Amino acid sequence: MTKIELTVNGTKHSREVEDRTLLVDFLREPLGLTGTHVGCDTSQCGCCTVHVNGRAIKSCTLLAVQAGGAEVVTIEGMSKDGKLHPVQQAFTDCHGLQCGFCTPGMIMAVAALLKDNPHPSDAEIYHGLEGNLCRCTGYINIVKAVKRSAETMK
Amino acid sequence: MFEFDYVKAKSLSEAAALLAANPEAKLLAGGMTLIPTLKQRLAQPSHLVDVGGLPELRGIEMKNGRLAVGAAMQHHEVATSAVVGKAIPALAYLAGHIGDPQVRNRGTLGGAVANNDPVADYPAAVLALDATVVTARREIAAADFFQGMFATALAEGEIIVRLLFPVPRRAAYEKFPHPASGYAMTGVFIAETAAGVRVAVTGAGPGVFRWSDAESALAKNLNPAALDGLAVDPNDLNEDIHATREYRANLVKVMAQRAVQKLLATQ
Repeated sequence: MTKIELTVNGTKHSREVEDRTLLVDFLREPLGLTGTHVGCDTSQCGCCTVHVNGRAIKSCTLLAVQAGGAEVVTIEGMSKDGKLHPVQQAFTDCHGLQCGFCTPGMIMAVAALLKDNPHPSDAEIYHGLEGNLCRCTGYINIVKAVKRSAETMK
Repeated sequence: MFEFDYVKAKSLSEAAALLAANPEAKLLAGGMTLIPTLKQRLAQPSHLVDVGGLPELRGIEMKNGRLAVGAAMQHHEVATSAVVGKAIPALAYLAGHIGDPQVRNRGTLGGAVANNDPVADYPAAVLALDATVVTARREIAAADFFQGMFATALAEGEIIVRLLFPVPRRAAYEKFPHPASGYAMTGVFIAETAAGVRVAVTGAGPGVFRWSDAESALAKNLNPAALDGLAVDPNDLNEDIHATREYRANLVKVMAQRAVQKLLATQ
């Protein structure tokens, strides 16, 4: 067991964790932040994408102890004062989801993509979302939602 | 995952001491291969010694005419580094096309090179550019470093500190990624240097290799057509559910020709 201190969505947490605990399990179980999904559990699908120190990572492939001292943001930390984050709003407006299971990871990946590249081309959107799979294959509207997000975040 | 003890090393010497004291310990940097391996219970290390944040393993700079990249530099950092972009843009391109963005935000140069996955991208650049692998103990030339599938010249407990890349006149990398995994079915890195042209192939064979016939042909005529009459022997290549040996042999030629085309288009 190791004691870790980290900030999740602006709140400091100090917890004892088993060294082998994955960050996604730490977020979902002791912290109850179940918006971060486990899709494949093999680093492929990106459903578990969260931000660690501002960068998108797959939380099923990071140990909670590796995130010690870090600032973590999950889907629950995206809306502010009851208002959806522009990327969340764009996914809603463009119907950028079907079953919705991949959506939290998609939104976290898109927010990170737009931080690096505020006006991505179609090719850059495809390249930037390579780590996220939508098993409903709703990619057309997901790409629309990325473009809408870029517009509204200008 | 089996149980292990996680230790965040505070210095290179502490990491080396931990490895020496615990023969079943493993180094952890980005963990993009190691953590999935542990999750499948394919390995059971006693300790994970995290060297990902060690200052000795960080940094990108020009050093005596060579590009020095710290072993713990993440693919994203290499891909977006102005220093790399200026010295060896093909290396930045390669780093920006490993895996996916989330993987590039964690995976490291040192980890990729130490793992020497036969379908990894970096070994092609390391071999084509004739880079030097600097460990905490010695310097190893690329030609001696890679020793076939997942095998390297690294001794037990030896830690890669940085890589030194000679700066080529021009270079280019082209790969045919597996459409699902993104791994290189075949990747070809071509470097034009003062000493000649070097062609390194990853993904196609059991380990990264130089295609010497292509090197001689391109030394005479640096043009995609120079490779028209050449072929790699399919018997030396991998065959699996994704592609036959013959298919991979063809990919080597096509990727090499595309890389030459790209190299010629760079200034």
